[in-house]
Amino acid sequence: MYAAATESLIKQAREIKEEELQRFCGRIFKLLHTKDVSGDTVDSLQRLHLIVSASKHARELPSDLVMKLQTVLRSSSSPEQLQVLSSSIIQQSFPPSVHSLCSDLSQDSRTFSYVASVVLSQAGNKEDVIPLCHHLLKSLESRLSDGLISKHALPILSEMITVYPDILTDDQVNLVSRKVVDWLRYASMQQGASMSSGGFFSGPRARQPAPLTEVDGVVTGDFFTVLCVGQSYTEDQWMNMYTFSMIKGWLLTYDADGTTNTESAPLKRAQVIQSPHQDDRSEVDSSVMSMVSATSSSSRLLPPKERLREKAFEYCQRLIEQSDRKALKRMDTELQKACIIESVSIIDIICGEDPSYVYRAFPCIKALYGRLNADFTYARTLLPIAQFYLNHSETAAVDSEAVFCQLFSHCPTEQFNEPMLAFEFVQFCLLNSSVLQDRVANYRQSFPNLLKFLAWNSSGLIGEFVELLPSLVAPDTAIELLHTILDLPCLAATLDLQHRSSCYQTLDRTVWDQQGAKVAACLDAFRQPSYRGFFLYILRPEAGTGDTIDRLNLLHEILADMAESPRVVQCAQVVPVLLHVYFNTVTQKADEKMMNQLLLVLLERSSLLYNIKTFNAEVQKVFSTHLQALCKLHPPLIVDQSREILEFASIPANIYSKEDFYTHVVWVIGEFLSVSYDPRCTVELITSFFESLEAVLFEITQVRQSASPPGFSPRLITVLMTTLAKLATRSQDLIPRVTLFLSKMRTFARSGPVMACYSEEDTEEIITRAHELINLLKLPNVAQFVLAPSAGGDGPRWHRDTNASLPQAMRAVSGLLHRHSSFLPT
Amino acid sequence: MVLCFLIHTVCPVSALSAGEIRILYARVFGPETGDGRDYTPEQRRLIQKEKLHVVARQVRSAVALSREASGSLCTEAVLGEEAVALGEADRGVFSLGDAELFPDRSVVLWLGVQSLAFTLVCRPHENLLLAEGALRNIARHCLEELRLLGPGAEVLLKSDRVDALLHRLLPHGQLLFLNHRFAFSLDKEIASYVSK
Repeated sequence: MYAAATESLIKQAREIKEEELQRFCGRIFKLLHTKDVSGDTVDSLQRLHLIVSASKHARELPSDLVMKLQTVLRSSSSPEQLQVLSSSIIQQSFPPSVHSLCSDLSQDSRTFSYVASVVLSQAGNKEDVIPLCHHLLKSLESRLSDGLISKHALPILSEMITVYPDILTDDQVNLVSRKVVDWLRYASMQQGASMSSGGFFSGPRARQPAPLTEVDGVVTGDFFTVLCVGQSYTEDQWMNMYTFSMIKGWLLTYDADGTTNTESAPLKRAQVIQSPHQDDRSEVDSSVMSMVSATSSSSRLLPPKERLREKAFEYCQRLIEQSDRKALKRMDTELQKACIIESVSIIDIICGEDPSYVYRAFPCIKALYGRLNADFTYARTLLPIAQFYLNHSETAAVDSEAVFCQLFSHCPTEQFNEPMLAFEFVQFCLLNSSVLQDRVANYRQSFPNLLKFLAWNSSGLIGEFVELLPSLVAPDTAIELLHTILDLPCLAATLDLQHRSSCYQTLDRTVWDQQGAKVAACLDAFRQPSYRGFFLYILRPEAGTGDTIDRLNLLHEILADMAESPRVVQCAQVVPVLLHVYFNTVTQKADEKMMNQLLLVLLERSSLLYNIKTFNAEVQKVFSTHLQALCKLHPPLIVDQSREILEFASIPANIYSKEDFYTHVVWVIGEFLSVSYDPRCTVELITSFFESLEAVLFEITQVRQSASPPGFSPRLITVLMTTLAKLATRSQDLIPRVTLFLSKMRTFARSGPVMACYSEEDTEEIITRAHELINLLKLPNVAQFVLAPSAGGDGPRWHRDTNASLPQAMRAVSGLLHRHSSFLPT
Repeated sequence: MVLCFLIHTVCPVSALSAGEIRILYARVFGPETGDGRDYTPEQRRLIQKEKLHVVARQVRSAVALSREASGSLCTEAVLGEEAVALGEADRGVFSLGDAELFPDRSVVLWLGVQSLAFTLVCRPHENLLLAEGALRNIARHCLEELRLLGPGAEVLLKSDRVDALLHRLLPHGQLLFLNHRFAFSLDKEIASYVSK
C-alpha cells in the first residue's frame, strides 16, 4: 500500500531547491493564464500542493502566483478542481492570504465555502474571521428563495462559533436561532424536482413532485426530518439536514445563557409581541406547511431562543418516533441509532436549561428505553438515555434504579469486546463519577464488570481507569477490589477463552485445535464443569460474593498456557499502575481494621499471582512501596499482625521467590517494631523476631556456604544485619548474640562461593557494615539513638544529605571509637 | 465538530525505517483554539504539523497493540477488494485527555486498513457513532478514488480528490446526518468530480 515510489516522491518534494521551485511556480503562473484548463495545469498544481505540504516549514511562493491562485479561488467560473487545488495550496503556503481573501467575498455558494476554508485555517484570532462572519449573517438574512445562502453556511458558522463563541452578538444569535427554527421545522414536504430522461422522443420532463417516505417506505405524514427519504431533496431539505447536524453544538454554545428565568420570561415575551419587526414567520410558503407546524403556531410568540428550544424538542421527539421504523437500508438503520443518540442528548440539554421540558420528555424517553434496553445492537444508545435519567430523574421523581442496574450489569458482560462502547461507557462513568458514587447504588458494586472493559482493552483504557478507580473504592468492597485488580490478567485470559468459546461454539474440534495446542487445552478446561466455579467467580458481574476464592493457585495453573497471550501480557502491564492508584486512594480513607486487612493481603498475595513474565516482580515492587507506606502510616500494624509477619519473615524460601518484598518486610520490622510506636512491643516479641531473623541469616550465610553461590543480593544481607542490630538495641540482652554473629560475617563474605558471585565492592560493603555495627553496639546507648526510628527518617534529607544518613552516622561513630579505643569500656 | 482528518502509515513498511511514520494526507478544520495571538502564522503551522505527528504516532501504537491483542492476521487485499479490506479493518478510539494538544478531552477515532490508518480527531461532545460511520464512509471513498490498495502514489498527487470528498461528506469539519438518499446525491457529486 505504501510503496518506495511514494516515499521517493515525498523526498523529492521536500528536497526541491528554491530556484527550481521558483521556475516551477513561473511555469504554473503561465499555465494559469491560458484560457483552457489543461491536464498539465491540474497536474502541476497537484505537484505544487505536494511540495508546499510535504515540508515542516512553510514554503514561500512568489506573490504573483499567490495572487493568481487567489483569483482562481475567488472566481465562481473556475472549475471546481482548480478551486480545490488553489484553496489547499494557499492554506499551506506563505505568506497567509487571510486578509486579502476577506474583502469582497463571493456570493457563489461553492466559492464562498472554499474561500472560508482558507480563511478559517489561517485565522489567528477572532478579528480575522469577522468579515467572513458578517458576510455569512447578511446572506442568512436574505430569503432562501433568492439562492444567496451558501449550502455550507451552517457548517461554516458552526466551525466559527466552536472556536470563537463570542463572535456573535445577542441579536445575531437571535437572528440565527430564527432561521434555524425555519429550516428545522418548516422544510418542504414534497420531494425535490428531479429530471427524468423520459422516452427517447418525449425529451426530458419534470416529474410530478412525489411525496416523501419514511425509512420503511411508508408515506411521510408529518414534518420533514433527516429520516425522511426522497429521490432528491429541495434546498430547504438540505438545509434541514445541515441544521440538525449543527443544532447540538449551537445549543451547547448559546443555550446556556438562556432566557428561562421565570421572572424575565413574560417580560421578554411582551417585548416580542410589541415589536413588529421581530415577527419571525416561517419563510416557507404556508401551503406546504405540515399539520404539526400549523398547530404549533402559538410558539411564535416565544423569544427566538425559547422558540428554538421548543422546535428542536419537537424535532427530536419526531426522530425518536421515526427511529422505531424498520429501515429498508442498512445505512438508515445506522443513522437511526445516531439520531437516537443525538436526539436524547439534545433533549437532555434542553431539559437542563428549562426543567419544564422534563415532564414532557420523560414519557418519550421512558418508552424509548423500554424499546431498546434488551437489544444489544442498541447498547450505545443506552448511554445518553442513562445520562438523561441521571440528570433529570430526580426532578421528575422517576425511579431510575432499574436503568442503572441494567446498564451496569448487562452492557459490560455482553459487550466487553466492543471498543467504541467500552470507551463511551468508561467516559460516561468518568464524567459522572461523583454523582454515580452518591446516587447509584450499583455503581461501586459493579467494578468486577467495569474492569472487564479494561481487561480486554488494557492499553486503550488505562488512562481512563487511572482516573476512574478512586471512585470505585468503597470501604466494604475495598479488599475485594484489590484482589480483583490482582486477578485482572486472569480476567483477561478468561474473557479471551469465553470469546473464543462462543465464536467456535458451533464448529467442531478441529477449529479449536487450530488455535494452538495451548489455547485448546485452556478451552477444554474452560468448559469443564469442575472448574466452572472458578470462571464464574472471575466473570462475576458484581462485588459482594466474597473478597476472593480458595485455591486461586489452581486457577493460575489452569490458565498457565494463556500467560503468554498478548492480551494477557498487555493486561498484566497495567496492573502495577492501577495498584499504585488503588493504594494511594485507599490509604487516605482506610481505618485501622482496613489497614490490617491490606497488610494481610500483601503478605498473602505476594506469593499468589498469575505467573506472567515480569508480572510477579513488578507487583511485588508495588507491594514493597506500599508496605512501607502502610507501616509508616500506622506503625502498630507490625504488632497487630506480628504472627503473620513473623511467619513470613522466618521462611527462607520467600527470599528466593520474592527477595525485594522480603527485604522490605525485614526493613519494616527493624524500623517499626519498637516500644516507641506501640507499648505492646514487649521484650518477648522483639526476641522472637530477633531469633527468627537470626535463624534465617544463619541459614543463608552459614549452612549453604559450601554449596551453591548465594541466590540473593548483598543488600539483603546488610538489611538483615542492620535489622538484627536495631532489634538488639531495643532488647539489650541480645547485643552479645548479635555481636558474635556479626563477627562471623567476614568469614562468609570471604568464602569462595560468595567471592565468586559478588563483586569486591559488595563483599567489602558487607564486611564494613558488620564492622560498623559491632563497633556501634559497643556503646548501646549511642547505638539505640543511631539505630532508632527517626520521625524524619523518610525525608529526602536522610538519604541525600551525607551528614545525616544512617551509614554516615554509623561511620562517624565507628571512626570515633576506632581512634579512641582506649575510651571503650572493657 | 471534527478537528482533523489524517491518512497515515501505521506499521513498518519497507520504504520507511522501523518506527517511522508518514502522514500522507492531512486536513485540519479551522484553528483548534481561538487564541493564536501568541504565535506567528509560521509558528502556528509548525505547531500544527507537530501535533498531527503526535496523533499519528499515538494511533500507530494503538493499532499495533490492538492487532497484537486480537492476534489478527493481516490479509493483503488488492485493488478491487476495497470492501474486503474495509470489512477486516481494525478500529478503535482513545481520548487525548488534557494533553494540551487539542482542546480538552478531544477524541481520536481510527480505522486501520492494512498498513494505513484513517484518523479523525473529534471535539468533545461529538456523536461518536455518527463519526464512526462518517470515517468508514470517507475511508471507503479514499480507498476507491485513490486506489490505495494498489502500488501507486495517487494519495499524494491526487489529494484534491480527498479535499473534494471531505468538502461534501465533512464540510468544514461538520459531521452530517446523511440518510441513504442524501449520501447517494453526495456520492454522485464526488463521482462526477473524480471523473473530470
